[in-house]
Amino acid sequence: MKTMIEFKDFSFQYKSQKKPTLHHINLEIKEGEKVLIVGPSGSGKSTLGHCINGLIPFAYPGKKEGKLFIEENDSEKLDIFSSSKLVGTVMQDADSQFVGLNVGEDIAFSLENNAVETDKMHEIVKKVANLVGMGEFLEQSPLELSGGQKQDVCMAGVMVDEAPILLFDEPLANLDPATGKLVIELIDEINKTQKKTIIIIEHRLEDVLHRPVDRIVLVNNGEILADCKPEELFATTLLEDNGIRLPLYVQAMKYADVDLGKVKNLADDTDYDLQDQKEKLVHWYNTNKTDVKKIESAPLLTIKDLCFSYDGVKPILDHVSLDVHQGEMISVVGKNGAGKSTLCKCICAFEKADAGTLTFENTDMNDLSVKERADRIGFVLQNPNQMICNTMIFDEVAMGLRNRGISEDKIKEKVENTLKICGLYPFRNWPISALSYGQKKRVTIASILALEPKMIILDEPTAGQDYRRYSEIMEFLKSLNEMGIAIVMITHDMHLMLEYTTRSVVLTGGKKIADATPSEVLGNEALIERANLKKTSLSTLAAKAGIEDRIAFIDTFIQHERGHQI
Amino acid sequence: MKIKMFSYSQLDTFIHRLSGLTKLISFLFLSFAVMLTYDYRIMLLTLVISMIAFKVAKIQLKQIKIVLLYVLFFLVMNIVLTYVLEPDFGTEVYGTRTILFQFNSYFIVTKETMFYLAVKTLKYFSMIPLGLIFIFTTNPSEFASSLNHIGVPYKVCTTLSLTLRYFPDIIRDYTNISLAQQARGIELSKKEKFSKRFVMTVKMVIPLIFSTLDRVEVISNAMSLRGYGKLKKRSWYSYRKLQASDYCVCLLSLAVLVLSMVMRFYVTKTMFYYPF
Repeated sequence: MKTMIEFKDFSFQYKSQKKPTLHHINLEIKEGEKVLIVGPSGSGKSTLGHCINGLIPFAYPGKKEGKLFIEENDSEKLDIFSSSKLVGTVMQDADSQFVGLNVGEDIAFSLENNAVETDKMHEIVKKVANLVGMGEFLEQSPLELSGGQKQDVCMAGVMVDEAPILLFDEPLANLDPATGKLVIELIDEINKTQKKTIIIIEHRLEDVLHRPVDRIVLVNNGEILADCKPEELFATTLLEDNGIRLPLYVQAMKYADVDLGKVKNLADDTDYDLQDQKEKLVHWYNTNKTDVKKIESAPLLTIKDLCFSYDGVKPILDHVSLDVHQGEMISVVGKNGAGKSTLCKCICAFEKADAGTLTFENTDMNDLSVKERADRIGFVLQNPNQMICNTMIFDEVAMGLRNRGISEDKIKEKVENTLKICGLYPFRNWPISALSYGQKKRVTIASILALEPKMIILDEPTAGQDYRRYSEIMEFLKSLNEMGIAIVMITHDMHLMLEYTTRSVVLTGGKKIADATPSEVLGNEALIERANLKKTSLSTLAAKAGIEDRIAFIDTFIQHERGHQI
Repeated sequence: MKIKMFSYSQLDTFIHRLSGLTKLISFLFLSFAVMLTYDYRIMLLTLVISMIAFKVAKIQLKQIKIVLLYVLFFLVMNIVLTYVLEPDFGTEVYGTRTILFQFNSYFIVTKETMFYLAVKTLKYFSMIPLGLIFIFTTNPSEFASSLNHIGVPYKVCTTLSLTLRYFPDIIRDYTNISLAQQARGIELSKKEKFSKRFVMTVKMVIPLIFSTLDRVEVISNAMSLRGYGKLKKRSWYSYRKLQASDYCVCLLSLAVLVLSMVMRFYVTKTMFYYPF
């Protein structure tokens, strides 16, 4: 079999950096293989990807040592254009790499650049669009497509090149769980039917493993720590040690001291066989089983029959009613476009609801302005870069207070307090540009917290973050929650929902279809189907072990997991 | 929804099927024809042509309502100012003075001034629809491709269509940023002093710039990875060859321009034609 990619004692150092990012990499990928590269943020996995697709050195110059061969060509002799003929890249954010004004044009982009004749181009585009199931949508503009459809279009746009290698750089980052599943299935199909070599860079291990991969390459600190079959990797502690989350069912088996070597087909999340290990799991469940106590507190925000529509015809929110209690931590879930963001915007008066009432601590909020509502409920955008508009941390956090005309002495006191709570006090005189992504996120939360709201709404607080940063952000939010601030999060992350929230509100087509504990929601298959959620692998595991009360099993796992947290 | 206001709407009409280049050329020819002269006959002709084109292109009144209101506002302002500053302007232009009515010695109403103002209104109304038709019926990518075919470098052309592609995204970013800042107590409504509002708006540009720069890096990488800039030339998915109808339309608008020039320089021999 042909070797498609070969790193030989390869090192790389970015021009702007003092130390090499990759150290002595040796890696071989054969034709038709499907390889998953995992690693925490900053591990060098993206750099590895950039070396393969030629963005290094084209867009990011630096110093190379050792050799890299792409389909037996020395990468030294390839420019970005000849690399792109060999390696097709689908990048993380489908939305921002969509260059055409409609689907057809976007798929054709590479053909246009190769000056393929217009008639022939239409023919190829049609063919490839059909392959990814977008043949009917050639005239659609990107604004009219769902996240998954955009991802499909990006794949088609890369496939027109007929490159033998396809590289996916975090393809799941912005997708809801069910759509992510479809994308993984499509990648698998391309691998099988088109005989392409597939490389997926992703830290959401469990989601990628929905379809089998041949090998997992674990990268951290610029080195390859493991390069083996998934089940071999599960048997070690390398993944946990390097901040990569194990699939939940494997984690549960580890908690229960299951002998992983005795589980047949361990890496296949639906088809594994526990064999004689069942007993251990049942035993673990019975000894760890705990009752989750429900906390009842007074309602803080009461939403009744909220309706909203952009055009007066198609409802975006359809009679949504909801109570948020004091000190609760809630997740709002549902597929892209289900109305989650709109609901939160209506709460903050960013959008004006057509009908319905909002009551906050027994006062009617309907006539309150954006600013007045913000004194009660804070809103944190997904992207911190969209919120920060001062250069210094102190000023950023003080901004909301200054706008409220509070005296500068008082502001200083309040800001310093807030910074202490957020663990940012030592940085108070730093420029924001010196902070990491996670720290910037903290600054945006701090700037909202300074206004002392009783409730904070966060849009996708952990999107695109690796497990370590995810835990960092979530533990911080949990500590705020323990101080009595109610927290509402919009999320696609089933782990987050299970692990950190006590209640899940499920929206579909603008209607609330469920309002229950996360384990109840994820234990209900009909609901999962309707809301584009993903069944947790824990409920499959419970079924396989013969445990009837799946919800209790999930709860037990979460309790145990919390006990193990850093 | 504001963005939809000014965007190309996809329909299949005779006008939509014309090449963007044809529409640009015709727009320029007809505009010159109208600009050259104050001859109401030429304007009436152009008005009739643009009205027909409007009908054919199936442009809805509600799409252009806002633009129309702006135009009307400026038109009324213009007419009122012209009259107030020089009520006897018509005499200067046409050389005669037929007084119809007199408020006082300054504010007189002459037939000539009234005629001049009427022609001016007509001029506006014959030109505006042409511009609107161009905006509403031209597919930006197809237009970019025709520009490339008449010799404009393709990097200029793709920049044009990319701007249109990302404009809505940037507007959406801005809306998000602005709302998030308002929630932190920035007052952007009329309640705040203009100077303060101005400073705040400038401040909000900072996050917009940063998020836009992030975007640019991603886009330019995505484009290079798909071979953008590889060859000296490039083909276009949306390119349409010029059809017979394109040539006919261009010729027709050229004919109007020639007619206007002939009238202006050989028949009436004046900018300001006055039939009375």
